[in-house]
Amino acid sequence: MSARSVMRRFRLPSMGGAPPTAGVARKADRRLGYALVAPVVILLLLVTGYPLVYNLWNSFHNVVLSNAGAPQNFVGLKNYQELATATGFPQALARTLAFTAVSVVLETVAALGLALMLHRGFRGRGLMRAAILIPWAVPTVVSAMLWTTMFDQRSGFVDYVLGLLHLPGSNTTWLAGEWTAWAAILVADAWKNVPFIAIILLAGLQLIPGDVYEAARIDGATAWQSFRRMTLPLLRPALMVAVIFRTLQAFLVFDIIYIMTGGGPGTTTETLSYLNWQAFLVNTNFGYGGAISISLVVISLLIAGGIVLVMRPKT
Amino acid sequence: MATSPARTALAAPAPSAVPAVHRWRSPRGRRHLGSQLLFYLAVAVVVLIALFPFFWILRTSLESNSEFVQGVGGANGLIPAHLTLSSYIDDFTQLHFLTPLINSAIVALATTVVTVVVASLAGYALARLPIRGGGVILTFVLLAGFFPVLAMVGPLFLLYRDFGLLDNIYPLILTYLVYTLPLATWLLRNFFAQIPKELEEAALVDGASRLQTLRKVVIPVSVPAVFTAGILSFILAWNDFAFALSFLDSPSHFTAPLAIVIFGQSQFQTFYNRIDAAVVVITIPIAILVLIAQRRIVSGLTAGSLKG
Repeated sequence: MSARSVMRRFRLPSMGGAPPTAGVARKADRRLGYALVAPVVILLLLVTGYPLVYNLWNSFHNVVLSNAGAPQNFVGLKNYQELATATGFPQALARTLAFTAVSVVLETVAALGLALMLHRGFRGRGLMRAAILIPWAVPTVVSAMLWTTMFDQRSGFVDYVLGLLHLPGSNTTWLAGEWTAWAAILVADAWKNVPFIAIILLAGLQLIPGDVYEAARIDGATAWQSFRRMTLPLLRPALMVAVIFRTLQAFLVFDIIYIMTGGGPGTTTETLSYLNWQAFLVNTNFGYGGAISISLVVISLLIAGGIVLVMRPKT
Repeated sequence: MATSPARTALAAPAPSAVPAVHRWRSPRGRRHLGSQLLFYLAVAVVVLIALFPFFWILRTSLESNSEFVQGVGGANGLIPAHLTLSSYIDDFTQLHFLTPLINSAIVALATTVVTVVVASLAGYALARLPIRGGGVILTFVLLAGFFPVLAMVGPLFLLYRDFGLLDNIYPLILTYLVYTLPLATWLLRNFFAQIPKELEEAALVDGASRLQTLRKVVIPVSVPAVFTAGILSFILAWNDFAFALSFLDSPSHFTAPLAIVIFGQSQFQTFYNRIDAAVVVITIPIAILVLIAQRRIVSGLTAGSLKG
């Protein structure tokens, strides 16, 4: 429907005449409302609802493109059983959850510090805010490549500084060892994502009325007490939003893994999203991949629901 | 997670830039000066951590291949012994980096335009028109924004394959809407809800239609919010890697982030100087956007999250 025909169809009956009766106008407005909302709903259903249903269907069928002749027959729970047994799924799940917990906790603590700093009015505050926004805004490809360079054994800054200071750890091929690779991934992830959490928390801090602190000060509360008893509880809604966003992002981590380690060394940095990508685009197994996708969706919902339950304001 | 994050999450544009500043009680005199110094030291450390890595890739990108191969150290320290633009020249001449840049620009701009139009219409309807189920729709839009990207890759790969749309940049526009529409719809809906109703009512009483009112009255006063939604959409679309990796095949169809990663994989020896030159190039537009629009970006991000 063109914009013009929408306009013709939904024009108020009163154009140029007497004011419309409220009921007619309301009905026309409602019809217009549905027409305006429809594109967003349809587009988002196409890119999320359709994949959800298709994955569900695939996950109960044998859909392997490399085996084109094979019939795509119903296989029941076979793909889901495979998650538990044959491949690296349980290990990847444990790894992904561990990464999620560690990165979200570390990043939230760092971001809280950053938000408290930014909350103070000081000269150069705008400059600092711009400086931390740039890491957030650049593509993950940039942050991943940048930290790959920083940690590179020959051309990296980390190695260079450790060598200059004669500290242990110089001449390390960071991305070649399991734990050093995870350390590098965590640093790259935090560098990009701490600013986002900090911005959300800063907005939360700005919603707290200043007289709350005034009252606490008059009552003789120390800075730590007023932080612990006033700031943190009042910040809870903002913290919840930030933690939900970040936890789901961290749980679905893919770009940074693919670029920095490719899941290696061996399979030690493979996460669930990485396994899912492999199932789809390397093994072209859309049945098994579908089962991984469905578990991603289910676990995401469980995580988000859990966070809401734990962190929701007590009323 | 159902409805409660929808209620707590996402509402009204950020509070104005005037913060409710409170300062920790600070004893007078030298201790005060000391704590100030400490504070500025901390600020300096944060800024250094945020920006130094950019300096390092800039530095690496200015090395020649032979210098790069020798590695950092000795005379080739914080500043390379010889500065050269050869990596940039190689990127654009041998690696044809201009094509992926143009592809990225096309896709990101198209995604931005579609997002802004579609999200403005929906945002207006959700803020102002008496539709039933508005809350359900808003919750759905929010949840869609959390949908796992990799869970979309498989089915959309099959869909695009069936329509002969693989290895083509245009279907990416549809795909990228999952990044942009949830944020933009919420942001604009919250902004429209704050505009005084009287503004529209005057026009409506004068006989203008709803859509005329939207175009002539609401959109003009909403330019800042629409602009914010546009900037954020552009950043989110420009930054995609996973979809481009999954759906594109030939180098002439790559987006810029994908091209950079494939440069790295396709060489026997990884020349980070060349890769970093490309990284610097794709960072520049984003850095400029942040510098000119940091207030809007901050308010847009927080509008998508707090209050309500």
